[in-house]
Amino acid sequence: MSGAFELTRSAINEVELRKSLANPAGGALVTFEGWVRNRNDGRPVTGLEYECFETLALKEGGRILSKAMSCFDILGVHCVHRTGRLGVGELAVWVGVAAEHRDDAIEACRYVIDEVKHRVPIWKKEHYTDGDSVWVHCADCAAHHHAGGKVH
Amino acid sequence: MENRRKKIVIHYFALLREERGCASEEVESAARTPLELYRELRGRHDFSLGNEVLRVAVNEEFQAWDVPLADRDAVAFLPPVAGG
Repeated sequence: MSGAFELTRSAINEVELRKSLANPAGGALVTFEGWVRNRNDGRPVTGLEYECFETLALKEGGRILSKAMSCFDILGVHCVHRTGRLGVGELAVWVGVAAEHRDDAIEACRYVIDEVKHRVPIWKKEHYTDGDSVWVHCADCAAHHHAGGKVH
Repeated sequence: MENRRKKIVIHYFALLREERGCASEEVESAARTPLELYRELRGRHDFSLGNEVLRVAVNEEFQAWDVPLADRDAVAFLPPVAGG
């Protein structure tokens, strides 16, 4: 019956998280790990900074996991998202889903990470090797506005 | 009565926080809705993001742009999210 969404400023321990989903009825565990990579859109990245609206992020994340529990035939789901500054290679987000059978676990895991990325109030700033930094998605929107809103 | 000035706490995140130079502030405003409030603040601070790309939360819950604001409401303007 687990369905916990968490935010943490310290390193995610995926080995411990995996254990939290142990269930004798489970025949499948699907996990997704989002890592900080060293390039984005061709620009070399040195690290990321995640900021969140904590109270609302916890509520919205919790709603996503509740929906996953009710819509998929799964035994447990857990998601943890980092905040603060992260270096290349660090684990930024972890999703784990346990189910009797793999199809439900795979589909639910995909659902959770997609919804988390689209709906939970968390923002990512990329820092580049040339010293520049950009809030991902925000900069595009601002640029579109200044271009007269022609780009959609 | 409906145009009476209210005290509203505003929370800013990410790009908006940087553009405003602070994470939160209290303002007095006659704005009746979050949309009126954002237009007022954008005019004052020249925010780069239009409300059409933002979401708004009132008292820590997502709301529509046209909900009525009350005295002491806490309003958060949320830039496009990028978790994961």
